[in-house]
Amino acid sequence: MVTEPLQVLLARAFPDATALRVEDRTGGGDHFQVIVESPRFNGLPLLDQHRLVNEALAEPLRDGTIHELRIKTRGTE
Amino acid sequence: MSELREQIQNVIENEPVALFMKGTPQFVMCGNSDRALRALRETGAPVTAVDILPDPAIRQELSALSGWPTIPQVFVNGELIGGADIVEELATSGELARKLENALGPGFREAGSDRTVSVGAAPQHL
Repeated sequence: MVTEPLQVLLARAFPDATALRVEDRTGGGDHFQVIVESPRFNGLPLLDQHRLVNEALAEPLRDGTIHELRIKTRGTE
Repeated sequence: MSELREQIQNVIENEPVALFMKGTPQFVMCGNSDRALRALRETGAPVTAVDILPDPAIRQELSALSGWPTIPQVFVNGELIGGADIVEELATSGELARKLENALGPGFREAGSDRTVSVGAAPQHL
């Protein structure tokens, strides 16, 4: 699965995630949607929530593995 | 600071709503840039667009300045708002309109339509 490496990176960055999903949006293996629900997001502005996800995926974002990324985050409160 | 970085910083600081995108509002080259532009337009934001595609250095310098890795990037009065997902979410919740009103005043919708500016070695104002 092309989504596996991203799943691993996110699971490592958000070990307490209550939901974590990576979807290959186009089937081409480079347009992804990630959904992360974690208590770490509670009380954090959306910008900072997305920043944490971007940091977790810094490597595949930099090397072009991810051509397009959609992020959906939510806290647990 | 490089000249290019200075130009980018000027756009961020001086334009009420700056959208760094792939392509131009007339010819959008990426789905996420399109989503951000639509959300801004629907909210009535006076968008100043910058195409980052003409030179890879634009994107590098922009991300170095903002600390944000992906395109598009939206700034209101110099403050990073986020990428397509955030702008879309804020537009839907009504928070984007509130932010724009706080930053630009209640008349922000009357500022006119989109415009495009260029950064780089040979700036062209379209």
